[in-house]
Amino acid sequence: MDCPGLCEALVQGGANPGLAQFLSLFVGVVLVSGIPLVTVIVLILVERKVAARIQDRIGPNRVGPFGSLQTFADLLKLLTKEDITPTAADRLLYNAAPLVSFASVVLIWAVIPYTPYHFGADLEIGALYFVAVASLGTLAIMTAGWASNNKYALLGAFRVVALLVSYEIPLVFALMVPIMLAGTLNMLDIIYAQSSMWFVFMAPLAMLLFAISSQAETGRAPFDLIEAESELVAGFNIEYSGMKFGMFFAAEFMHVFTNAILLTIFFFGGWLGPLWNEPLIAFAWLGLKASLIYFVFLWVRNTVPRLRIDQVMRFNWFFLVPVSIGNLLLTALLLKLMQELGLAPRVLQTATLGEVLPMTLVLLLANLGIIALILGRLRTTGRSERLATGGGAGSMAVAAGD
Amino acid sequence: MEFNAITLAFIVFSLVTLGGGIGVVTCINLFRGTIWLMVSLFGMAGLFILLSAPFLAAVQVLVYIGAIAILFTFAVMLTRSITHLPVRFTRLWANAFAAGAFFVLLVAGVIYPVWVVNDAVHFPVSDVTRTTADLGVALVSGNGFVLPFEVASLLLTAAMIGAIVIARDVDDEL
Repeated sequence: MDCPGLCEALVQGGANPGLAQFLSLFVGVVLVSGIPLVTVIVLILVERKVAARIQDRIGPNRVGPFGSLQTFADLLKLLTKEDITPTAADRLLYNAAPLVSFASVVLIWAVIPYTPYHFGADLEIGALYFVAVASLGTLAIMTAGWASNNKYALLGAFRVVALLVSYEIPLVFALMVPIMLAGTLNMLDIIYAQSSMWFVFMAPLAMLLFAISSQAETGRAPFDLIEAESELVAGFNIEYSGMKFGMFFAAEFMHVFTNAILLTIFFFGGWLGPLWNEPLIAFAWLGLKASLIYFVFLWVRNTVPRLRIDQVMRFNWFFLVPVSIGNLLLTALLLKLMQELGLAPRVLQTATLGEVLPMTLVLLLANLGIIALILGRLRTTGRSERLATGGGAGSMAVAAGD
Repeated sequence: MEFNAITLAFIVFSLVTLGGGIGVVTCINLFRGTIWLMVSLFGMAGLFILLSAPFLAAVQVLVYIGAIAILFTFAVMLTRSITHLPVRFTRLWANAFAAGAFFVLLVAGVIYPVWVVNDAVHFPVSDVTRTTADLGVALVSGNGFVLPFEVASLLLTAAMIGAIVIARDVDDEL
């Protein structure tokens, strides 16, 4: 095994090579899992401030300058709160669920390339690993809902699991488009494949589908029926208190930012930008792009109202799934055709801008075509439905009365 | 076989797999049994990694734990008694005997060609890491497994159509 960086320095300092390798790997693991943990503290403050501004409030402004220490105060409060376990709960599973929920998000960070040279693991199956690990979150929520032995928690868990399992399908189909364009599942190679053209220009529809379904995977507005307070009290985490609730909470925040980072990597060129060969600048590019996307996620969350479970399911099965499958098939067909005709390079990683321009134009036009088709169809169905129900607020009341 | 990190990992993953399996059949709490099943499947994923098949490991976690085991939990919720099964053991001796005999056959079928016919003992740990691209080519190339692949696809399509037909409202106009 090779032994670069810190490990090499330790060996030169007289350490046992095995120990040195273990230590350097250990530091790496701590760093990779530490970065999301530190980020989440900042994210909570940012989220509260942004939400406040959107809702025409000021937000936390008492603890520290601009309320910047509010999260620490909240954290201390959560840590000192009484840790309640319901008597009728399944103790082992009840305590394991927050850990699994948290781990399912932190584990994703193992394959995220922070810079061209710094990453937890350069897996050949990086993108697939992300999908596999993210599916563990479903398990955590189901376990939490069942082990709490509370009917509201269980009902909440049922909803979440139905939601998560359904939205995983368009998520994976949308993810397959950048994977197909890059010709690899490796995260680094997916970024290098965008060195002359970001995938968002070749597959804007896939980007939108990925963004929507990943927002649903985190269970946030407009898909926050997991925590529909008016119907379910608090959803699957109703019995959790103190830091165990804090872990679900932190996992959710981190999941949103993780999705922003993944969206950056798959569609917005990751750390690509001027001077990306410098690790710090590359890291800054990744952070900047991810933060902008995170802001859009917050914007959506604080603007759109919550949907009903049947609306969410209909939207998925009758809209997202067919569109994502159609998009994938069309992209695959066009890509293969252009490769056979010699209009598109077979290896994007080394292609120049001139080589990828024709395929970008064709794919972009195809995507716009699908989007126009969808919008036209939505317009006609919307109009006919409005006519059928007679329009106005009365129809909403009837629909909500089920 | 010399003792190294890979051997240790193999022992750990085997114990996780087997322990999970024992948990599945001995738990009187069905939900916990499902969780044990996931633990067992997770151990299997680890064994796939040791066998230099990371793609299969990820698919194992995604499909078996992320989808099938979750469906199991739904099925478990529909059963009448989840936590305290009235009978722990059934006395289906014929079935037990058939399953046991099948297991012995499987073990013999795996061990015989490796340990008895070949004089060199084959280690389960392979040095060759097959890439995902290799796997994809093997599935669709004429020299590879294109026929089984297509047959499996056909079967899945048939199953999907069957599911739609069954789930359809009977009153629906055809």
